[in-house]
Amino acid sequence: MTVGTLGERTAVLGVGQTKYQSTRGDVSIAGLVREAAIRALEDAACTWADIDAVVIGKAPDFFEGLMMPELFLADALGCVGKPILRVHTAGSVGGSTALVAASLIQGRIHRRVLTIGFEKQSESNATWALSLPQPFSVSINAGAGGYFSPIIRRYMARSGAPELIGCMVAFKDRQHALRNPYAHLHQPDLTFDQVVEAPMLWDPIRFSETCPSSDGACAMVLGDEAAGDAADGPVAWVHGTAMRSEANNFPGRDEVSPQASRDAAAEVFAKAGITDPRSEIDVVEMYVPFSWYEPMWLESLGFAERDQGWRMVEDGSTNLDGGDLPVNCSGGVLSSNPIGASGMIRFAEAALQVRGMAGDHQVDGARRAFGHAYGGGAQYFAMWVVGADKP
Amino acid sequence: MREVAIVSSAIHQVEALTFTTDVQLMVPLINEARDAVGLTQADIGFTCSGSSDFLAGQGFSFVQTLDAVGAFPPIAESHVEMDGAFALYEAWVKLQIGEIDTALVYSYGKSSPGSRRDVLAVQLDPYAVAPLWPDAHAVAALQARLLLESGAVTAEDLAAIAVRSQRNAVGNPNALRASADVTVDDVLAGGVVADPLRAADLAAEADGGCAVVLAAGDRARELCERPAWIRGIDHRIDAHGLGVRDLTRAPSAALAAGKAAERAGFAANDVDVAELHAASTAQAHVLATEMGLGGTGGSVRIDPSGGSLAADTLMAAGLVRIAEAARRVSGGEAHRALAHASSGPCLQQNLVCLLEGE
Repeated sequence: MTVGTLGERTAVLGVGQTKYQSTRGDVSIAGLVREAAIRALEDAACTWADIDAVVIGKAPDFFEGLMMPELFLADALGCVGKPILRVHTAGSVGGSTALVAASLIQGRIHRRVLTIGFEKQSESNATWALSLPQPFSVSINAGAGGYFSPIIRRYMARSGAPELIGCMVAFKDRQHALRNPYAHLHQPDLTFDQVVEAPMLWDPIRFSETCPSSDGACAMVLGDEAAGDAADGPVAWVHGTAMRSEANNFPGRDEVSPQASRDAAAEVFAKAGITDPRSEIDVVEMYVPFSWYEPMWLESLGFAERDQGWRMVEDGSTNLDGGDLPVNCSGGVLSSNPIGASGMIRFAEAALQVRGMAGDHQVDGARRAFGHAYGGGAQYFAMWVVGADKP
Repeated sequence: MREVAIVSSAIHQVEALTFTTDVQLMVPLINEARDAVGLTQADIGFTCSGSSDFLAGQGFSFVQTLDAVGAFPPIAESHVEMDGAFALYEAWVKLQIGEIDTALVYSYGKSSPGSRRDVLAVQLDPYAVAPLWPDAHAVAALQARLLLESGAVTAEDLAAIAVRSQRNAVGNPNALRASADVTVDDVLAGGVVADPLRAADLAAEADGGCAVVLAAGDRARELCERPAWIRGIDHRIDAHGLGVRDLTRAPSAALAAGKAAERAGFAANDVDVAELHAASTAQAHVLATEMGLGGTGGSVRIDPSGGSLAADTLMAAGLVRIAEAARRVSGGEAHRALAHASSGPCLQQNLVCLLEGE
């Protein structure tokens, strides 16, 4: 593919995040999204008047009990008289939302777009929201962990990975989170033994290997080439984007490494002109809600050979300190999970890295970064590659 | 702007789909839209859908409906928790980038299992308004009352809009409320549901779905004898609070129509037909005024299908309007057409799509 098929060159001009925590009781839903949006505008040196359109994403409306929240949030997001779109693609939604916003620039519809993902799980009850009885179907009542644990077991059996690889990922991400002021889980005294000794929730997933439930919002301001050129500070240029979905359940489906994941990775790297992701990408923010998904996605995305991804965890390749491919320097989904924002945080953190603005969790000299989100039964994938240089 | 057209569509609306799942509803519609232009899913560059978890009563409900598409091998796909008209907008944007030439758009809604007027109360401000549980008919009635008291219309004018819808709907297999001989007196004799709105003033609640295929440039000409070209499309939103808006107006409808007209190169009222997405006769009046379509005596033929007043499928009614307008253009009945979709209480958000034949 040529650069021409990407349409207008697109830049991340600004990023804004809230502190992720269990309950943001001090703000309304409107206050929460506005906090992230204002920080993104300030980072982009923009005002509300500079924004042509807003694209908002979040996970199921039941999580707050508010149907089609873009209607209520139009005022708080400075949208009156402007277009607003609301995206929902399951857990990948934060990534998909950023890609819909990018397409408004790439398609030359708008010059500057504000995009935001949020979840305020404390407003409702996620377990209720995910357990509504359906006619003619029996709920397995196992939650997301119960759904993914057999897939992880399959990976362990197939790859021969040592049993504690998942714990190593969890410990690493929680260490990374200590260097990100926005991360939900800050556990400075956590030891590796404590991760290993945590209660088993869905064998082989321990409590310590799962993501928290967070309130939070993440926003970005995207702009066209002229806006990117005009920015005073560093911007992140979009080098490639891809979205893929596949059906949930059919014989022969590779649930460990779904074809939609492999296809999306092939497309996004081709668009970015990348042939060897391991050496050409400097830092990765991937969607890892359960620890074992780090080695699984490393393989599926082409950063490691099949059944070899766990070795990168074991030898510290994905560690911010000393690793050649640091993964989830922000602490990842394992350290902060406002579901509707979690994908966008990955995309935004990738942008911060290539802008050199990731603070204490910055990878020195990062020039190209990969942002990733997935959702549904590992069916929905959204990815982008961003770089410090204009594509 | 890259030329993009609607090349086929499929619509199904009934009073209640009691024993039909969303997948069972959408399989024949998606197949019909694709088959009409000889495409399989492998030929489609991008797929986008619209639906609501609150109607399905289940989080992530759209994930299962993906089975109706046949999403393997994997597809480039997205979903909006909005009316399908906004999914069509997203697909149109993707086609503008130039990477793909075709797109499938679909949306669906089944509101019959619950009480739609109550469900819609949870669209309102969750702190100050929703706890009072104002139902959708009551909210629409506030707007109609203000409109009547402003002197802009009379109850007879609103009844005439209901009559127009029912008469136009005759012969439309997807209309729930159709009558060739209904009169204003008949409508005014009907019982009041939410004062001042009578049953015939309120859109007929339907279950159903719609699928549309889009194609760009020469690909559209290959697939369809007379593509309905999207010359302009735009959407805008107004403030949410019912108390901060003049409910007799819908500035976002006028703005969207103006912006769509800028792209199209012709005015929103320079069309032969217009399909409006209104929840009440009062809203239909407000929309026609905002977009300059003239009243019942104007030159624009409003709601030739009966409009959403004749069958209103939540989450699909806007996409159905676009499909109905496109059919008028592709069938040669109209050279230019306007299609409108709305979302939110009292016409808070509005989308306008201007179509034209070759």
